[in-house]
Amino acid sequence: MCLPLRWRGVAEGTDNVEDSRPLLQMTGIDKQFPGVHALDDVSLEVHSGECLALVGENGAGKSTLMKILSGVYPADVGTIRIDGREVHPHNPHHAQTLGISIIYQEFNLFPNLSVEENIFIGREPNRAGFVRRRMLREDALAFLSQLGVDLDPGAIVRNLSVAQQQMVEIAKALSLNARIVIMDEPTSALTENEATALFRIIRGLKARGLGVIFIGHRMEEVFAIADRISVLRDGRNAGDMPAGEATAERVVQMMVGRPVDELYVDHVAESIGPVVLSVRGLGRRGTARDASRVVLEGIDLDLRSGEILGVSGLVGSGRTELARAIFGADAYDEGEILLEGRPARIATPQDAIERGIALVPEDRKLQALVLLLSVRENITLPTLSRFSTLGFVRRGAERRLVERFIETLRIRTPSQNQRVMNLSGGNQQKVVLAKWLAREPKVLIVDEPTRGIDIGAKAEVHALLRELADSGVAIMMISSELPEILRMSDRVVVMREGRVAGELSRDDVTQERIMELSTGVRHDAPAA
Amino acid sequence: MVSEAAGTPARDENGRGFSTTDLLGRAAPLLFLLVLIAVLSYLEPGFRTERNMFNVLRQVSVIGIMAVGMTFVILTAGIDLSVGSVLAFCGMAAAIVARGSRSLLEGNDPGGIQVLWAALAAMGAGLLIGLFQGTLIGYLRIPAFVVTLGGLGAWRGATLLLSDGQPISGVSDDFKWWGQGFIGRVPVPVIVFIVFVAIAFVVLRYSQYGRWIHALGGNQEAARLSGLNTNLLTASVYGISGFCAGVAGFLLTARLNSAEQVAGQGYELEAIAAVVIGGTSLFGGEGGVIGTFIGAMLIGVLNNGLVILNVSPYWQPIVVGTVVVLSVFIDQFAKRRRRGG
Repeated sequence: MCLPLRWRGVAEGTDNVEDSRPLLQMTGIDKQFPGVHALDDVSLEVHSGECLALVGENGAGKSTLMKILSGVYPADVGTIRIDGREVHPHNPHHAQTLGISIIYQEFNLFPNLSVEENIFIGREPNRAGFVRRRMLREDALAFLSQLGVDLDPGAIVRNLSVAQQQMVEIAKALSLNARIVIMDEPTSALTENEATALFRIIRGLKARGLGVIFIGHRMEEVFAIADRISVLRDGRNAGDMPAGEATAERVVQMMVGRPVDELYVDHVAESIGPVVLSVRGLGRRGTARDASRVVLEGIDLDLRSGEILGVSGLVGSGRTELARAIFGADAYDEGEILLEGRPARIATPQDAIERGIALVPEDRKLQALVLLLSVRENITLPTLSRFSTLGFVRRGAERRLVERFIETLRIRTPSQNQRVMNLSGGNQQKVVLAKWLAREPKVLIVDEPTRGIDIGAKAEVHALLRELADSGVAIMMISSELPEILRMSDRVVVMREGRVAGELSRDDVTQERIMELSTGVRHDAPAA
Repeated sequence: MVSEAAGTPARDENGRGFSTTDLLGRAAPLLFLLVLIAVLSYLEPGFRTERNMFNVLRQVSVIGIMAVGMTFVILTAGIDLSVGSVLAFCGMAAAIVARGSRSLLEGNDPGGIQVLWAALAAMGAGLLIGLFQGTLIGYLRIPAFVVTLGGLGAWRGATLLLSDGQPISGVSDDFKWWGQGFIGRVPVPVIVFIVFVAIAFVVLRYSQYGRWIHALGGNQEAARLSGLNTNLLTASVYGISGFCAGVAGFLLTARLNSAEQVAGQGYELEAIAAVVIGGTSLFGGEGGVIGTFIGAMLIGVLNNGLVILNVSPYWQPIVVGTVVVLSVFIDQFAKRRRRGG
């Protein structure tokens, strides 16, 4: 997708923004999670008849802020006002009664029920507990026609397209008398035509005096629909301006603009060796219902011994899918994987592991650890055969190996026999790393290696990855955190929509360049 | 690197976390069994006799052996509803082979050879049936509940076909010895049961295979991404379960001196009950065969005690059902306390 160099605000319908009291006002919102200061004194305003675009990097705090607004969890500090009246949404249902409706990327619909049943689920017009079907149909039609949507209220939701399901969600929000509608990346699964139709509906909502909060990544769309743009960065307000006064470059810079000294930690790879792993023309389509969707397409990639290759891109850009394809966790449709120049048939994780590839997956609790088993049993799971005789585990040898890893990785656990579920996130992640280091892999793929772990453990994991690279391991590091990518990578590959959007050498890489490649916005002037 | 203070220390200082409530949860079935034995001994001196104790053990051994196999299945978060029917099929197969070989070798007094063939037929049939079902579950991803529910019906029908609807009665003395004989003063089926428990204990605790089963049951995706062949492992536990059902079928035929079409009806539920009472989690990954042994004993002692106390036999399933629910409740209560949830 080639975009014009510069996007100016082209929003329509700005004329009916009333400059009176804001419809929604969030002030001084603060939220801490264990080890993370997710939101720090964040404020936000939405006026009646206005569409506000809320933008920011992955992890900037957009979702947390919206979850607080929709009552998923409470703010530690701060106030929410609707029409000037202070409210405390304490659960999503309560938020709905306050007029706040949120439409998630993953819809909350019942696929086996019809459109009308979904719109009025739990609120069906009834007589003595029996649903009044005709009234149900009429009411559903009324809301659908308000949206200008031509949809059969009796259709089963499972058979609808993603765009149509989204319309059902919006109709449901209308039927709940929503005054503020939050849309979390609503266009991510839509075609261009569908997105255009969605924008028409958003304008309709604005005309009715609703406030719309649009969470998005694509600058093109943000400028097409938003009246105002609010930028979050690292859990703080980073900027707020009318869309007409903004430019894409300025918004991107606000999204990433950290003090320069934080961005560059000097490191030069000691010795980058020959290519260990190559990916050629790798492609994969979606399965079953969305068989036409491109998951991965035409991926070419080389990974050298001794280097850390950073893989950046937005969530859903195909980074994790690429890692899983290389590791044999998911099948791919086309292309090949070469190890040390020779084609390698990798159909299962077993194949990959035998060839010296290891994967630290993105969700350690769901994909990497057996929480009920001990630290020892988890670490030795892929290496058990090495210290087994006739199928029986030699406990002494096993214990010595685990002891060594607990020491070198500084895993803080009272004993090897501690169940991993009782460890902190950072120590759990070290257990996952230890489990693969015990196999002495040639290629180590790490997917979000420091997600949800505290700063101390994070630095330790970074140091460990660097040490491994220096010892000759080829490392592919997927991360949503740009500072992590910048600090760690010898080279960066940016993915967008299942393809490699660009490659940046260590000397060229900046946050701005990565954001441009991952959002599809290009401009000439490289950021200072 | 980074200072010690930066990391978060692990929360639990108790190694595997043997808190008091936890220990109580784990030991509850054993405590209950001991209390039950004490109470029954007090109420009815006849209960305490060696003969009665071995009687109880002999009665539970058939279901106990099936429960040993079931433990492997449930550890992987699976279920095998077919074992009662598989038992009947294998018991019938053993009887047919024994009868066939007797007529074939008549006059030669084939002795142990005939029984060997019968035992091999029962065990082989059980293993093959189990592996077949396991393949459907592990490789074709058909839910275990569905496959073994189908098996529950199908193998019972196959038993009827095999025997033409008639029970086969009267096996040789050598054959009967396996169900009715003694080694020293211990009944043979009891010895087989204890040997099975011991082997399963060692395998689950000390072998690679045992570790893999626990990993598979604890987190299938993590097991797969750690390079375990999860399809094969899944199939294998149903093979073990089928094999155990085959052995149980052989022993039951020997004990009853007859292979019946209705043999083992409802045994699958008792075997599952024994495993669950023994503390193995239906969600997989947690538990073991010693618990299963205790669970089977508990069911046996309860049933025996009710008979001795002249309680109507109709009460037996009610009592066993109550104990199943109660034991799971106590187990979960203890876990909730431990995890502070």
